[in-house]
Amino acid sequence: MKTFGGQALFLDRNDINTDEIIPAKYLTENSKLALKPYVLEDLKLPGFNVQEDIARANVVVTRANFGCGSSREHAVWVFEVNNINTVIGESFARIFRQNMFNCGMLAIELSKEDIDTLFQLGGDVIFSIDVENETLTAKGNKEVSFSFSLNSFDKDLLVAGGWLAYADQKF
Amino acid sequence: MGKTIAEKIFDTHDRGKPSGNNVVLDIDVVMCHEITTPIAINDLKERDLDRVFDPEKIKVVIDHVTPSKDSKTATQAKILRDWARRQNIKDFFDIGANGVCHALFPEKGFIRPGYTVIMGDSHTCTHGAFGAFAAGVGTTDLEVGILKGVCSFRLPASMKITLTGELADGVYAKDVILYIIKKLTVNGATDKIMEFHGPVVDAMSMEARMTLCNMAIEAGGTSGICMPDKTTAEYLWPFIKGEYASVDAAVEDFKKWHSDPDAVYSSELVFDVSDLVPQVTYGTKPDEVKDISDMEGTSVDQVYIGSCTNGRIEDLREAAKVLKGKKIAPTVRGILSPATPKVYSQAMEEGLIAIFMDAGFCVTNPTCGACLGMSNGVMAAGEVCASTTNRNFYGRMGKGSMIHLMSPFSAAAAAVKGYITDPRTINA
Repeated sequence: MKTFGGQALFLDRNDINTDEIIPAKYLTENSKLALKPYVLEDLKLPGFNVQEDIARANVVVTRANFGCGSSREHAVWVFEVNNINTVIGESFARIFRQNMFNCGMLAIELSKEDIDTLFQLGGDVIFSIDVENETLTAKGNKEVSFSFSLNSFDKDLLVAGGWLAYADQKF
Repeated sequence: MGKTIAEKIFDTHDRGKPSGNNVVLDIDVVMCHEITTPIAINDLKERDLDRVFDPEKIKVVIDHVTPSKDSKTATQAKILRDWARRQNIKDFFDIGANGVCHALFPEKGFIRPGYTVIMGDSHTCTHGAFGAFAAGVGTTDLEVGILKGVCSFRLPASMKITLTGELADGVYAKDVILYIIKKLTVNGATDKIMEFHGPVVDAMSMEARMTLCNMAIEAGGTSGICMPDKTTAEYLWPFIKGEYASVDAAVEDFKKWHSDPDAVYSSELVFDVSDLVPQVTYGTKPDEVKDISDMEGTSVDQVYIGSCTNGRIEDLREAAKVLKGKKIAPTVRGILSPATPKVYSQAMEEGLIAIFMDAGFCVTNPTCGACLGMSNGVMAAGEVCASTTNRNFYGRMGKGSMIHLMSPFSAAAAAVKGYITDPRTINA
């Protein structure tokens, strides 16, 4: 299982789509690593500078319906090759969410109130995430802890390192 | 307690429930194209798992960038082509026989009521038009599908969407689905199956039902789905005539998939679409939809007619009604991409291609690269497209460009005028 947690990157908008995470014109690349420079290239948010903000980030915190649009798993791979291991949001598009766990990566859903709290922490926010006990701690100018829930199958995928490894054993 | 069509399909394909709310399904058709499959193929090779679960259940097409535009896309095509040959996949469609996956595969009779279908493409939900459970998946799901013939899903919750009334002239399935997405919002159907019912759906052709189901994903839906009926059986008849004594016998058999009257839904919605007028998107999300008259006069630089949403023969016929005997505005570039070779040749036989060309349209080979800014119609920053595609994300058809989604009838009207206009005001 991967290690989850680290420095937060806040993306403050609903409905951030897969075209914004990785534009289609880069889908002609045949290696995951080649996608690295293009992460979030078309995402326009006030005060957001991709190059500076992505460099130290490990955990993306966002709002509702993250990853909507295309089925492209490139949206997960481009995070993976940029050392993002977790996305925390109010909700996810189905395919994006499934792609995360299929790659052994973590997608955590929290209530709107909890997400609001995370956005208001201030300072450099660092996450510690305990998958086994389904709890997370975020430390910025303040410190908060939340519990979250994962179903047992999603946990199994994290432990197996993704759906291919899991399915190859079971089917 | 009764069951929905999706529950019946899940029951007959159940390979085990790894948790209380997940189920692994046997997959009847795994479809592949050159954008999301090559990385799966390479990964299987690296893992020494370069094999397929059943070459007859895998359908392959090169459709997004064809003919290849550069070395990278040529490499993607080659990886797919070499793999299809190596794995003895007979249903592989290359240049000369290829077309937009979600138009080509139904045309070949590959999708049947009660099937489970996956593809590394979000618009796979199109195939629910045939009463199949069809869902877009990522490359890892595709890879496992290719290798093992299974895919995991959450247990389905279904929304029942009933369309009553009768569509007015100039109003199409595209207008209906844009209106539904506006009502549901872009995540109103997330993790849900959108089950379409009612006299409006019953009266729709398979082409129109495919347009309806195609955009289920734009409301977040896992699959759109229609009850298979006589229209379905007649469309499929050339492929199923060996299996049934008559069309009526097929229709009777298809009924086993229909949702039970006492099936349980997460929500039930009824829309009377009798007063619906042509719809258009105004923003950069597919739920930002207005009546087309509210966008009257918005200039467009390009008009694109094609894609898995609206590149079928009926779509071309409706657009040609507007274009016949007219020229498109000198400020507009018109692009038509018939979705498949069959659509293309039928359009030629019916004189539609001549109408488009006489009006000033460029007619491309069957492909869908313009929709996502990959090929055959990429726009420059600041340009605006009236498009029959399915996604209006900012810059999707080219960095900095804007997209307004609409029906082929409305797009043809925009081409003639050079701006968005109510197509019903143009002499058809």
